Amino acid sequence: MHIVVCIKQVPDSAQIRVHPVTNTIMRQGVPTIINPYDLFAIEAALRLRDKHGGNVTVLTMGPPMAEDSLRRALTYGVDRAVLLTDRAFAGSDTLATSYALSQAIIKIGKTYEPVDIVFTGKQTIDGDTAQVGPGIAKRLDLHQLTYVSGISEVNLEGKTITVERRAEGGVQVLKSKLPCLITMLEGTNEIRRGSIDVALAAARAEIVTWNAAAAGVAEMGKCGLKGSPTVVKRVFAPAARAEKAKIIDIGGLAPDAMASKALDEIFGRLPTIEKELTAMAQS
Amino acid sequence: MTTTPAPKPAAAAGGRAGMKKELPEKFRSYKHVWVFIELERGHVHPVSWELMGEGRKLADKLGVQLAGVVLGGAGEDTRNAVQECYAYGADVAYLVESPVLADYRNEPYTRCMTELVNKFQPEILLLGATTLGRDLAGSVATTLATGLTADCTELAVDADGSLAATRPTFGGSLLCTIYTLNFRPQMATVRPRVFSMPERLDDKSGPVIEYEFTMIEDEIVTKLLQFIPDRDSNKSNLAYADVVVAGGLGLGSAENYQLVRDLAKALGADWGGSRPLVQRGWIPADRQIGQTGKTIRPKLYIAAGISGAIQHRVGVEGADLILAINTDKNAPIMDFAHLAIITDAVRFLPALAKEVRQRIAPNTRSRLVG
Repeated sequence: MHIVVCIKQVPDSAQIRVHPVTNTIMRQGVPTIINPYDLFAIEAALRLRDKHGGNVTVLTMGPPMAEDSLRRALTYGVDRAVLLTDRAFAGSDTLATSYALSQAIIKIGKTYEPVDIVFTGKQTIDGDTAQVGPGIAKRLDLHQLTYVSGISEVNLEGKTITVERRAEGGVQVLKSKLPCLITMLEGTNEIRRGSIDVALAAARAEIVTWNAAAAGVAEMGKCGLKGSPTVVKRVFAPAARAEKAKIIDIGGLAPDAMASKALDEIFGRLPTIEKELTAMAQS
Repeated sequence: MTTTPAPKPAAAAGGRAGMKKELPEKFRSYKHVWVFIELERGHVHPVSWELMGEGRKLADKLGVQLAGVVLGGAGEDTRNAVQECYAYGADVAYLVESPVLADYRNEPYTRCMTELVNKFQPEILLLGATTLGRDLAGSVATTLATGLTADCTELAVDADGSLAATRPTFGGSLLCTIYTLNFRPQMATVRPRVFSMPERLDDKSGPVIEYEFTMIEDEIVTKLLQFIPDRDSNKSNLAYADVVVAGGLGLGSAENYQLVRDLAKALGADWGGSRPLVQRGWIPADRQIGQTGKTIRPKLYIAAGISGAIQHRVGVEGADLILAINTDKNAPIMDFAHLAIITDAVRFLPALAKEVRQRIAPNTRSRLVG
């Protein structure tokens, strides 16, 4: 079987700092990582390949330096890495991104072998939209299976797949058909450590690099800023509240007395809560 | 009615497509605000009514109607959901009853919403940012080729009648305001509890527009084999709890997190924590409070050892009263907490739990709300 995993290289959000005066993101020196949610997709794809045979291709769209994340993915043992990079993609929102990626997936299918499953992570940690997966599914007319927590059965002959999908208040067990698109839920597996041999091979491996033309992206009006219906008009830090927190004076008090004073303050400001808590306790 | 600049043929040809508002002729008839009513297994997700409250404000500002859009299997639950739309402020309700819509599946729901939008042409479409809402919104925005802004924390209408959708960006370190100027409908999702529940009005009713959806089961590939409901003990009801106690890295260790749970138990509160605690495995992911976790609107929120990054702030700002317990009086949380105690939470939490038990009652039990 042939599986494509879409990943994204993102700044390590734990290390993002905002400039205190200009309120802009300070990008210098912020390390990049594979979007952590995508690791669950990579591992799920590798497990299917290990069980059923075939190949896993990872795909990313981004600047040339996104090659780092592809190489990282190769160290986990994926078979092929494709980088989609073109200035024309700059400024893409989720709709434009899903167009470009869908065209590249078509090209991957034609160049190598037909694609059975496309995986993505649940969402990215920088955009947090969870929109690109469904976007790709609709553009390629793939059966869409989001928030998947487990894949219980894949039947390559019958072209069927059964998954567990996290829904509000429970889990849906869904039976669908290949080809499909799966967005993998976090915490559902643990990314493997590749062997030394795999890591060494990854360092030398070819990264297939396509610009828009090479990837068969035909309608440039659907790419980049031109293809993006959403417009970011303003980026800002939230306004500070006029009033800062009132600091409860606890100078020299023992913890018990501090607690008593804190409760007085809380009940003073929220008179109803004391009654409610008491009523609750007695019911 | 909103005013729009004069049309240009083949709007947005070249350059930065969406930066200027040049709404194409075909979208000018798009009018009214829609809220997708999330009906699953007989229950409407409360986020739908929260969106109704906000949708009402947008519709009033635009001078248009507010509609609830109910999709479901034929039956009482679906009809009840329509009635509730009026109670929560709708002027009109759209109703689609079909056996293929009895359980949520992407295929029939996407097709149905796409048909409805194309036929009735709303200018704004709001959905809850739940697993269902996000699954559906991403698909519908793609089939309609329009803009979608996820996880908004604020919705407004600007001077020329465009939807200004504000959401956290860059992992929650800043906010941004996003527009869909030249495509319709303008779509947005909002997480549960970001907006407050509007007041419910009895005895309100209105017109129902029924739509006949012709898709049949044979056309749908994906089948629901089974639904396994969560056991209640698994469920965190953080989003709808009246009192929440949460911890952050200031607690110092995973073991100390127990102090948060002890206080929560004494208060009959629900418990959670900041993102780093989830990343370190101190608490499960469904206990995370903040932009990528749960948004909460309790009456009382006690934050112990949480510094208050923006991504946390946007998840708790709806609380009536925030008490911060922190050793640093300059921590960002002081900008949005109402009360603060400058002390070590590890020392203070047990004392507070004890005091609560003494003052309130000995056997306070945990209560789940809503």
